[in-house]
Amino acid sequence: MTTTTRPAEPVTAAAPARRSGPTGLALRQGRLEIRQFLRSRESVVFTLGFPLIMVLIFASIFDEEIAPGVSYTQYFITGMIATGLMTVSFQNLGIWIPIERDRGVLKRYRGTPMPKWVWFAGKVIMVLVTGFVMTALLLAVSVTLFDLDLPTTTTAWLTFGWVSALGVTACTLCGIAISSLARTARSGSAVVTPVALVLQFISGVFFVFTNLPTWMQQVAALFPLKWMCQGLRSVFLPESFGADEPGGSFELTRVALVLGVWCVIGLVLCLTTFRWTTRRDG
Amino acid sequence: MSDDVAIRVRGLRKAYGESLAVAGLDLDVHRGEVFALLGPNGAGKTTTVEILEGYRQRDAGEVRVLDVDPASPTRDWRGRVGIVFQGTGEFDELSVAEVVHHFAGFYADADDPDKVIERVGLAAKARARTHTLSGGQKRRLDVALGIIGRPELLFLDEPTTGFDPEARREFWELIRDLAAAGTTIVLTTHYLDEAEALADRVGVIAGGRLVEVAAPNQLGNRQEALATVSWRTPDGTPDSAQSATPTALVADLAARFGGEVPGLTVTRPTLEDIYLTMIGQR
Repeated sequence: MTTTTRPAEPVTAAAPARRSGPTGLALRQGRLEIRQFLRSRESVVFTLGFPLIMVLIFASIFDEEIAPGVSYTQYFITGMIATGLMTVSFQNLGIWIPIERDRGVLKRYRGTPMPKWVWFAGKVIMVLVTGFVMTALLLAVSVTLFDLDLPTTTTAWLTFGWVSALGVTACTLCGIAISSLARTARSGSAVVTPVALVLQFISGVFFVFTNLPTWMQQVAALFPLKWMCQGLRSVFLPESFGADEPGGSFELTRVALVLGVWCVIGLVLCLTTFRWTTRRDG
Repeated sequence: MSDDVAIRVRGLRKAYGESLAVAGLDLDVHRGEVFALLGPNGAGKTTTVEILEGYRQRDAGEVRVLDVDPASPTRDWRGRVGIVFQGTGEFDELSVAEVVHHFAGFYADADDPDKVIERVGLAAKARARTHTLSGGQKRRLDVALGIIGRPELLFLDEPTTGFDPEARREFWELIRDLAAAGTTIVLTTHYLDEAEALADRVGVIAGGRLVEVAAPNQLGNRQEALATVSWRTPDGTPDSAQSATPTALVADLAARFGGEVPGLTVTRPTLEDIYLTMIGQR
């Protein structure tokens, strides 16, 4: 085609907005997502506030020690961090993406030259930042009010890092995948909330995992949350507690393996089932 | 495909289950023209346009839009095609300026966002959150997002649905400006006066086929169509006749009545009459 006629330049001078490189686009998208998140008061309160409130309530009720020198908070914080990470990724995306899809926001993005992955990158950046802030808040509150002992070794902090990162990745991908199940904007939370709630109860977030019936433990072991909790317990509890785990140790290799498998499952589901438009849009 | 063809469609077919939405449609749109697709709801307008926009896959037929098959849209192509959707443009927690600036970043050759906001008449609302906009203002935002990338080809799907008359006039002016700047425009509408006011050519779509393509004033050969001559007979009952030569008929009547013909009217079908006949509703 030779005569590609662009519309005539308007009288006004050239545009200041220049397209940034791929990384720049992803960062802009992330910034926009974070801004949208922070401005939506309900999601800030729900996402960041819920784990905080739970810590305040549980740590105030159960203030005894579960072993000499080990407070209940030390156990409970692991479940709360894991839940919080699942909330900012799995629940947040599973609820918000159907709303954006229903409003045509996704369709709108699809009509631009934006590379598809940029939109996903924006969501991931938003999840990582809110997950980081939430974890920091939880730790700050628990250290100040409930005498939480932070990990002291580099190894523990590294484990904390990779368990959180892998867990958030798995939950993010699953959140994006499950968003395609919701038929309308409103059904997102109806799909996601029960899944999240059941997982919290059977994965040892509110109760000591080994006190749960064996069959429940086995069901929980199929899903990521149990392994996130277990990985985090290895960070916040003394090493001797590993002997109380169902597998006789914290089984960090298995934690990595199961979370890794869920990342793959989530990614495959995203790639095969993700919808930019609603069902009625075809 | 010659250089002055923006869209070329041959034998386009699309079925949803048993029902055939588009049944062998042929269409040519030239560069620089304003083409209106006119038809009742369910005629296949939106399906056709969404196939041209790259949102829907076709079952059969040949489609070229700016020399690209929209079934596999490229980034470059997305940058050259602007789309104004039916009722999207709600980015809850963002302001008009933020959304338009953000979308400008996706295009290699974007227009100045502030100028575009002014051009669509939203300058006074630039800082307003998009969810506070009225229906008409949201449509303007949709248009701003459709033209921010300075498209060669702009699709508008029922752009003025829900506008008050004044807003419609203003909107028409905007479309004429864009057309004058050389943008090829394809709009769907079910308003006849809109097609008549804006389009160089009108394609009437009914039952998934293009039943006629013509300049608005030649649609259904209005110039040549039979005129209806009505009068009252001496006993007062109304009578009428259709004639290709109404002047001769009137002269004949004048001779018969010996002067004035009581209740004489000569009418030609309006565009609406022609249209309703074409889509089989009259």
